[in-house]
Amino acid sequence: MKKQAGSLNSFICFLVLAVSLLWAASAQAHVERGQAIGFITGLEHPWSGLDHVLAMIAVGLWGAQLGNPALWILPVTFPMVMSLGAMMGLLGIPLPGIEIGIAVSAILLGAMVLGEVKPKLYIAAVMVGFFAIFHGHAHGTELPAGQSGLLYSMGFVIATGCLHGIGITIGLIHRWPAGKLALRGAGAFIAAMGLVFLWQAMA
Amino acid sequence: MTRSLLHNLRILLGAALSAALLQPSEAAAHLVTTGMGPVYDGIGHLLLTPEDLVPALAMALYAGLRGRVPGRRALFFFPLAWLLGGFAGLFAGSMPAFPLSAVSFLLLGALIAADLRMPDKFFTILAVAVGIMHGFLNGIALKTGPSGLGLLGIMAALFVLLAIISALVLSLKPPWARIVVRVAGSWVAAMGLLMIGWFFRGQV
Repeated sequence: MKKQAGSLNSFICFLVLAVSLLWAASAQAHVERGQAIGFITGLEHPWSGLDHVLAMIAVGLWGAQLGNPALWILPVTFPMVMSLGAMMGLLGIPLPGIEIGIAVSAILLGAMVLGEVKPKLYIAAVMVGFFAIFHGHAHGTELPAGQSGLLYSMGFVIATGCLHGIGITIGLIHRWPAGKLALRGAGAFIAAMGLVFLWQAMA
Repeated sequence: MTRSLLHNLRILLGAALSAALLQPSEAAAHLVTTGMGPVYDGIGHLLLTPEDLVPALAMALYAGLRGRVPGRRALFFFPLAWLLGGFAGLFAGSMPAFPLSAVSFLLLGALIAADLRMPDKFFTILAVAVGIMHGFLNGIALKTGPSGLGLLGIMAALFVLLAIISALVLSLKPPWARIVVRVAGSWVAAMGLLMIGWFFRGQV
């Protein structure tokens, strides 16, 4: 009899504990997790691919060669159109030949720097914007699970902008004859690397 | 009989107490607790929430670009509108699903990037509208935490942020410095676009 009462008590205890523990309160909104790491991931991402790095720097170099107002219009155009490309990716709108587009961007932007080509401003902006769509579609959507989309985007956009800044800063050597030559050499290097990327994309 | 009843009651009481202690507590949003009271909690919330901080900084940049008179107006109207919106938010329901702050990212970023000149009264309306919207969202978020006092802290922090940053932008003389501000605006607009994209993907 005593033994039965004991097992009944244990059962009741277990039941009370189980019901109470399983009755979890609902979480109001979200607990922030992985915030800083999302920003760092976004910040690192554009530096992780040489294709992206070279194309971004080429935009800055070309802007420096073209001078004002292209100097700032190109770096303003690029992130805004790039985010449109990323948005396309996030909405699931496919874009064919992304890797080829990125490789061609390095070839053409490098060639522009090599030839010191000075087209009309809107042509330069459209060209840079067109390639920005490929870069955004390819890289802007690669968010690791559990990280904040906003902070990833912030890091990604800031890092891309800094790469343009590096390109523009290097491009300041354009005021000296030797600097002009060096810039054209850099353009040739970027175009050649673009060919390598194209080879890899086609293989 | 009485003895065994007491024994059972003791066991039940012990189980209930253990259960109460082990009960998971309600997660109260992502509020910042500084340990220094609700005013500082509010300030901490603003400074650590990019959805609010970036538009506030963008407003300061745009106010600086627009000049002295709009800058002064924004300095007073923007924090005040934020506070009023916040109080309205304290009595509102739940947070809207769409990230409304993405709209201010996009709008303010585009305005800065374009360095768009607008009549002073339109600028004031813009500052009040953005302030009310963000304040309203803050009010909802702070409801379970520092509430009214937190909103006061946010208002004070906004005033200081706006005063320092808009004055800094206003004092920029070299043309390239103004261009840097416009480039920063394009970044903010790009972030807004991406925020909308992440919302549709369900990963804001």
